[in-house]
Amino acid sequence: MILSLGPQHPATHGTLRLVVRLDGERVIAADPIIGYMHRGYEKLTEYRTYPQITTLINRIDWLSSFANEVPFIHAAERLMGIEAPPRSEWIRTILTELSRISTFLLFLGEMGLQVGAITPAFYGFRDREYVLNLIEAVTGGRFHPNFNRIGGIKDDLPWGWIADCRTTMRKVFESCDTFDNLVLQNPIFEQRTRSIGIIPPELGAAYGVSGSNLRASGVDWDLRRDGKPYLAYRELDWKVWTHPDGDSFARYWVRLQETRESARMVLQLLDGLPSGPLMAKVPRIIKVPEGEVWVNTENPLGEMGYYVVSKGATGPFRVKIRSASFSNVSILPWLLKGVYVPDIVTILAGLYFILGDIDR
Amino acid sequence: MTALTTHVLAFQVGWGTTLAIKTLIVLALVPLAALILGYVFLLKMMSHMQSRLGPMDPGGFHGWFQLIGDGIKFMQKEDVFPSEADRRVFALAPVVVVMSTFLIFVVIPGGPRIAVARQGSASAPFGMDVGVFYALAVSSLSVIGVLMAGWASANKYALLGALRAAAQLIAYELPLVLAVVGVVVQAGTMSLQGIVLWQQSGHIFGWSGVGFPLILTQFVGFALFMVAAQAELTQPPFDMPVAESELVAGYMVEYTGFRFLFFFIGEFGTAFAFAALAATLFLGGWAVPWVHGSAADVLGPIVLFTKIMAVAFLMFWARFTYPRFREDQLQALAWKWLIPIALANILVTGILKVAF
Repeated sequence: MILSLGPQHPATHGTLRLVVRLDGERVIAADPIIGYMHRGYEKLTEYRTYPQITTLINRIDWLSSFANEVPFIHAAERLMGIEAPPRSEWIRTILTELSRISTFLLFLGEMGLQVGAITPAFYGFRDREYVLNLIEAVTGGRFHPNFNRIGGIKDDLPWGWIADCRTTMRKVFESCDTFDNLVLQNPIFEQRTRSIGIIPPELGAAYGVSGSNLRASGVDWDLRRDGKPYLAYRELDWKVWTHPDGDSFARYWVRLQETRESARMVLQLLDGLPSGPLMAKVPRIIKVPEGEVWVNTENPLGEMGYYVVSKGATGPFRVKIRSASFSNVSILPWLLKGVYVPDIVTILAGLYFILGDIDR
Repeated sequence: MTALTTHVLAFQVGWGTTLAIKTLIVLALVPLAALILGYVFLLKMMSHMQSRLGPMDPGGFHGWFQLIGDGIKFMQKEDVFPSEADRRVFALAPVVVVMSTFLIFVVIPGGPRIAVARQGSASAPFGMDVGVFYALAVSSLSVIGVLMAGWASANKYALLGALRAAAQLIAYELPLVLAVVGVVVQAGTMSLQGIVLWQQSGHIFGWSGVGFPLILTQFVGFALFMVAAQAELTQPPFDMPVAESELVAGYMVEYTGFRFLFFFIGEFGTAFAFAALAATLFLGGWAVPWVHGSAADVLGPIVLFTKIMAVAFLMFWARFTYPRFREDQLQALAWKWLIPIALANILVTGILKVAF
């Protein structure tokens, strides 16, 4: 039987279509069909000026939009030879980690939903709301902050925000404990996810899988630590979490630990927030000198990179986007071979992709 | 009060009228039961457990309008038949599912003299002689409706859901029946009324105050019954057939509006019926301590309802908490764990029954 999962299917979080060839309930072959919401971002950037592009690219992975802006802004800054002042870099770090937390909280709930428990999904949405409130208080936007400027950030943290953020981080720890108790330690969840969808570390790396998905396969690799130094990560005391198993359970476990780790990082960032200006000296009309640069960062979903080519105009000549989800799900046909229909859902949920990040 | 009940009970009418009245009562009871469970557990309890705001809002106080609003919404929806569907079977399937629910309600005694089926034995005149057997038999009729729905929908998701449902309902029929055998052995009767009376007249270590609710000795049976009932209702953690995140809604994916509402009523009505069975078999049913005669006619249904709600609370608590089993894990649980435990329970009950 040929079953077409999607393009409108609750398990695919968007318009992914999986054409699955079934023998009973066992999958013989799975064929992902993508491109239903292709928005042509790479082409669109050629018709925009640099400051306009952040409004586009923070819609690529809409759940962690702030983190999308950072590598592009870094690329532009590097081309122009500008260095953003430390305070703005630290606030960028805080917001990046907050968007990581908000994305992962949603994942922690959503994974429960895909395995069949409804309650965690609502907890996930509720707790993510607290974090979004923080982002909104700083940037004015819940989903699409557009807060980065070339050479710094738009505004300072509002008054009283740091105390709010500390309170919310305590809530994040609490909700992580809830997910630990409610989902991770649930025997049925364990049965459903253990040794399901195992990604071998070498094969994962060969397919370009990155981020938490790769770390769940035991690969100790995190661009925040191992990549080119960016933001304030070098000055923080934190740990890269890995899990040796590489199955859906490991991916959940790693994301849960990383959520806690991010909250710890935010608390450290709040403690050590430097003072000073928010913007470097930037010309009024931004023209980027000729050159090309590749900047990649550790986004919540994995490695995201921008290859920016400038011909000296107000806008880029060419932008190539390397998004995390696209590579993360490229392993799907291999991964889905031989599993049962219900496992498709847990594997899809465990890989955790955003369709916008795949289709661009 | 005594005069009134005697008068009502002495009221003699022809069998045709009696049948009509009884049918109407059961017809009214099933949707009412479904609505009560839907309102109390699906809307209110779930909202509190999951911090949901939606069902708490419409109509002002505690979202009282939500259920009515849902009803209106279902009525308004277009009655859609898939173009490839087998129209007659498709239309009939929800009726068959609800019918099995109706039939369970026939044998559940609501008080010493309140039962739809009145041809009992001499010791328990109100209630069917083989009530337990009958209830479990008709509860499995819903498999046919589910298979009809899945096949007639001409939809691959529905077909997968229906096949899963059939496999699951058949697998869990066995532990459900075996879990009850212990009760039947101990009470020595298959009449639900008889089992209630047996529990009422029993005593705990010589003290006969609250009778002898069978959960005290049949706790294993009770646990098995609850698990199997959960599976029969296709509720989480056994909701593989309707699995929203993978099969969207399984065998009912093509049903809209009122036909969908029928499945809904069937599901919740059956939940109520199974809770009633559990309350009757294991928790003493309508029996009220120190109350006998006409007063029990009045208090009995209230006590039974309270017990039903307590059991249903357990069911829905599990429903809102647990993730879902995979099909093979679910079958393994039934065949490798529940059935052997149930058989062991019967064996131990039999030995103890003979020994004491």
